[in-house]
Formats: sequence, C-alpha cells, structure tokens
Amino acid sequence: MLEQIYYDKADEIIASHGAEQASLIPIIQDIQTEYRYLPSELLSYVAEQLGINEAKAYSVATFYENFSFEPKGKYIIKICDGTACHVRKSIPILERLYSELGLSKEKATTEDMMFTLETVSCLGACGLAPVLTVNDKVYPAMTPDAATELIHELRGA
Amino acid sequence: MENVNIKINGLDVCAPAGSTILDAAHIAGVKIPTLCFLKEINEIGACRMCVVEVKGARNLVAACVHPINEGMEILTNTSALIESRRRTLELILSTHDKRCLSCVRSGKCELQELCQELGVEDENHFEGESPEYELDESAAHMIRDNNKCILCRRCTAVCEKVQSVAVIGPNNRGFSTFIGSAFDMGLGDTSCVSCGQCIVACPTGALYEKDFTDDVLAAIADESKHVIVQPAPSVRAALGEEFGYPMGTDVEGKLAAALRRIGFDRVFDTDFSADLTIIEEAHEFLGRVQNGGVLPLMTSCSPGWIKYCEHYYPDQLEHLSSCKSPQQMFGAVAKTYYAEKMGLDPKDIVCVSVMPCTAKKFEIDRDDQNAAGVPDVDISITTRELARLIRKLGIDFKSLPDEPFDDPLGESTGAGVIFGATGGVMEAALRTAVETLTGEELENVEFQEVRGTQGIKEATYNVAGMDVKVAVASGLSNAKQIMDKVRAGEADYHFVEIMGCPGGCVNGGGQPQVHAEVRNYVDVRAIRAKALYDNDEAKVIRKSHENASVKRLYEEYLGEPGGERAHHILHTTYVKRSIN
Repeated sequence: MLEQIYYDKADEIIASHGAEQASLIPIIQDIQTEYRYLPSELLSYVAEQLGINEAKAYSVATFYENFSFEPKGKYIIKICDGTACHVRKSIPILERLYSELGLSKEKATTEDMMFTLETVSCLGACGLAPVLTVNDKVYPAMTPDAATELIHELRGA
Repeated sequence: MENVNIKINGLDVCAPAGSTILDAAHIAGVKIPTLCFLKEINEIGACRMCVVEVKGARNLVAACVHPINEGMEILTNTSALIESRRRTLELILSTHDKRCLSCVRSGKCELQELCQELGVEDENHFEGESPEYELDESAAHMIRDNNKCILCRRCTAVCEKVQSVAVIGPNNRGFSTFIGSAFDMGLGDTSCVSCGQCIVACPTGALYEKDFTDDVLAAIADESKHVIVQPAPSVRAALGEEFGYPMGTDVEGKLAAALRRIGFDRVFDTDFSADLTIIEEAHEFLGRVQNGGVLPLMTSCSPGWIKYCEHYYPDQLEHLSSCKSPQQMFGAVAKTYYAEKMGLDPKDIVCVSVMPCTAKKFEIDRDDQNAAGVPDVDISITTRELARLIRKLGIDFKSLPDEPFDDPLGESTGAGVIFGATGGVMEAALRTAVETLTGEELENVEFQEVRGTQGIKEATYNVAGMDVKVAVASGLSNAKQIMDKVRAGEADYHFVEIMGCPGGCVNGGGQPQVHAEVRNYVDVRAIRAKALYDNDEAKVIRKSHENASVKRLYEEYLGEPGGERAHHILHTTYVKRSIN
C-alpha cells in the first residue's frame, strides 16, 4: 500500500476525466506525469475504480512502452535512435552516457534517482539529428562530449 | 430472416444476411481452416488461417469475421491461399516449442493438425530469435507453458467472456507479448477459480492440467494401501470420446471395467455420494425454508463456482450450502463408515477421484475437508488423465466388457447420474424435496423446466401449497448475473443451482478437448448431457432417497440427515478471498 496521499491524487485525476473505462489511458498518463512513473498500486486502484479487470489494465499499461512501473529519475534523458539519428552516430552518445552515469541497457536509472536514460525510436526531429531530450527539452546535433558536458551542467544545477 | 445469394468456389450458396463467410461456407459444406476462432467467444480474425479471396477485394479477408453480401464471390482453396496459410503456420512455428513427441496435446493439437493438412514440410522454415518462458506451475490445478502458446487469445476470451474471471490477458506487445496475469503474478496468486475452461479452449499444448497419474500408479503399487476410486457422473458421458466413440456415448460399464483393470482395490461411484448430497442438501433446504434461514440456498457441488463466490462475492457466502461436494462426501464416508466396516485405518486408504474438473484438484486440498483426520480425497485426476492412464497401461478400452460398480459405495440412482448436467442437481433435489414435503410419490420425476443448456433457467413449482421458486445457472458469467441480483436483494429464489462450467460438468475443464471446428457448430453440452438423462431414464430407482446403500449408511452410521454426525462428516465451511 502506498500512502493515502497517492490515492487522493489518483481520485482527483480520475474525477477530472470521469470514472469511465475509456478514460483508463489518460488517467494513467496523468498519474505518470505526476509521479514520473506509474506506481503499480495505483494502476490496480484505478482499474478497480473504473470497473476494469486488473489483468486487462495491466495488458494496456504494458502494451505502451511509455508507461513505466519503475520510479524514474529527476531528469529523463531520451536518446533518439531512429534511422536518421542512428546513421548520424547516436550510439556513441548513448555509450558515453551509459559510462558517464554508470547505467546499462538493464539499468536505466541512477541510484541517486537523478537520471533515467532511455532510447526512443524517433522524436520527429530528424533534421536536428542526432538528438536527445531532457524532460522534453530538445538538445540538437549532439556529440558524446556535448552529452558529458550536459550531464555536468545538470548535476551542478 | 432475409437471405443473400453468394458464390463459394463457383457454387451458388444461399445464407442468412449478416452471416460471416465462415458461417456461409459451413452451410455450404465447405471447410475453411480456423485457429483463433471460437464462435461467439473469440471472433477477432487474428491468426489469418481462415483467409479467403473475395472478388474485387484488394487483400485476402478473414472469413471468420467478414460478413457476406449479395453477389459476393468467394474462393476458399486456391493455391495462393494454401500458400498464405502455410506461410502463416511457418511463422507461428518459428517461435513455437516444437517438441511435439512429448507434448500432452500431440495427436489432438489443432496447430499440428493444420500443419499436416496444409503440408508444412519444414517446421524451421523461418529461423530467428525464439523467446523462452518458464512454466507457470503456481496454480494447484494446471500448468501454463507459454513456449507452446500461439497467442490466439482463446483462453483469455473464455476467461473473460464466458467465466467473468479475466485473470489472464496479453502482457507487453509485439514480439514480447505473452499471456499472463496482472503484474506477471503466477496464476496461483490470482483469483483464478481453477475451472479449466482455458485448457479446453486452448488449441495447443500450452495449457494442461497437473498430471497425477503416476501418483495413482504408485499408490496402487504400494501393497500397504487400500486404493479406492470414484468416477464422477459426467466422466461416463465423455470418456468414450478419447477412444473413438461418438460424442454422447455412455461408457459407464467399460469405465468400471477399465478402473478395475488399472488395479484399484474397489471401484465405487461418485453417483453414490451425489445421492447422499441430495439427502443432506434437501434436508438443509427444507430446514432453511421452515426455520427462516438464509435464502436462496445455493448448491456447493462445483468447486470452481465455490472459489468464484469466495473471491467475487465474499459477502454472500451464507447462501452457500454447507454440504461438501459429492467428491468430498465420498472420501469422507469412505474414510469413516467404510473404513470402520472394513476394519481399515483411514490412513491406509487412498481415495482417488476421476473428475470432469480441474478445480477438484484445488478442492481436495481445502481446509475442513478431512472427516477422519486425513484428507477426504487424496488424488483427483481428470477424465483426460484417466484416458492417458488407460492407454499407458495398454488396456484395450473398446474390447472391455461392461461391468458394475462395487458395493456399498457404488450403488446409485438416476438422480445421482444427472448431477453431471446443468439443472441435474436441482432436479434430483426436487425429486426428494417434493416427496418429503408432500409425503406422496411423484407421478412424474422429470422436471423438464430445469433441463437444457441455456445459461440461466428459472421455474416455479407449487409444492404442498407453497410456491418454490428455483433458478439454475451454469458458466460463471451467468452465475454473476444471479449473484448481482442476490446481492442487490432483487432475487426472490428459494433454491439456486450453480455450476462453474457452461452446461455443467459434462463440459467441465477436465473433459476431453473438443476440436474448435466441432465445438463451433455442435452443442457438446447437450449431446453429453443426453447420455446422462438416458442413463437416468433407464434406471428403475430414480430418487436419491430410495438409494438402499445410502439409507443403510444413515441407519448404520450417520443417524439423521443434518444430524450431528452427518454434519461433522458431510459438511464444510468457506473462506472470504480477495480479487487479484
């Protein structure tokens, strides 16, 4: 069980969309926006409130890559590895960030909960390739060194 | 209904408007192969086995979901279609665990059959990454092997639509998709009710019951054990299908003979304890009516239904009859009365049941099911497991003579045998309750209103001046409708029979699997039920309270129905469970 305040927040979000089955996705999106992840207890709670079977709610939440049951860091870095970014060398940037942050394909978030590193298939900014985003702010034409510098800046901030 | 005219493979076909191409082809006697399709349950056009060519259409269309319209011209078996279907199968096989020789479903697997029919020559045509899944063995009754799963969704559709349980679904997406429960819980940790309807819906060997046939053989081989067996009523109506008999053949005599040849010390019959259940349950019912007890009284024979009620209606448990199920009553009597009669220590008796049911495996481990201080029933196997055992031991089923069951726990009446069909318990109870209330012999023992395979049946009988309102439901989505009314205080029934599986035990989760192509167009439930009703009709004694062995059991041992000793041995308690 989470603290009551989480359920109160969930109630507020459910009320803003209406407790209808069709509102499942927008509701859990808002919860994820609020907490930067989707606490599994809240998915169960929302399912119950909307009259959706837990197994079905879980099917929906795992269908979309965007939903995460793991708590994410303060800064969510998304490196684009779509075709354009890939051919313009996005992988060396990813590798530099892995080593800079001590992360790997299996471990996406730093111990201090500062950074989460993810790859995405396309950010729709191919003209700026290779590109990454930090909490939805776009950083164009990146290089491994620029990425290192960015991490230092964020740590200092 | 309005008809439309179409052409299938050049032949003129007239079919009702709104039919799918698949239904129209069925009317015309043209077979279109299917795999994910289960009529009225899983109609999602996902597997692409049923693709056909429609003149003027840009792409191949899925016959199972595509409606016909006037003048449509359809081709079902061109070489391009066969090639397309074969390619689909090869793609399915690319991630399928192809160890067919040791697969429990080999020979009855719909995927294997299609591969043979369509001439798949190389099962490794497409090589690539293949996922590996651990078996889910967490449930008491079954195993999920996702390495054999083809993601057809037949199990998830049955679980949700037919049973209103919905504890399984597709998790993740694309190549990573697998069928599992919320938060990847093991099935045993969910509110799965163990009904096994997913197993009989599965086209492959991905879902199967936990097999206890080796435990049976080990018990028989142990000379210090007295091993007795009890087959449920509906086993005799379906076992024959495993040995080539037409659906609906009653193989009661051969069933007894086969069990004897397997080596059981005594071959008894659950029909006996079905009669016993009626005595106790009718007594409980009359007691509740006369003393203002909680109504409606609801039957407790079906362990899938009981588990469902405990998970989903924990506030309504007081409606449940406290009677143990016939399986458990049998074991309880065997290890008390019969043990005493035979001078046996109950610890040395191994009680084996053969059930149409997977939830019975869960039931034997329930609390408060140990009248003699040891479990009432030790091993519960399904009809399918019995068939496997018969084959393994080289018993030629078809050449067996018809043999009777042993006394005293093998005697039964027509009322006991109809327990296996939806409405059967109600009818058996009515036969006894009406005669008890009126003190007169029934002119006609058949209560047609509660027969048939409709999901919910209602009837009102005037008995000794009182209107007795009854309801019968089978399949848990139907049970849910009744329970919602009961919970809302809108149900004025006195007595309700509920069976977890649609159609009752004849269509239980432990019964022989029926190919979807048969199941889609034949009412398996009605055909198997007829075997039981015919069995009943042929019997001289058709009322539970006239079962001489049951009467003797009360005289010699139990005392009065519902009395202290009967209560201790034949009744049980229930627990509140949560929804997971």
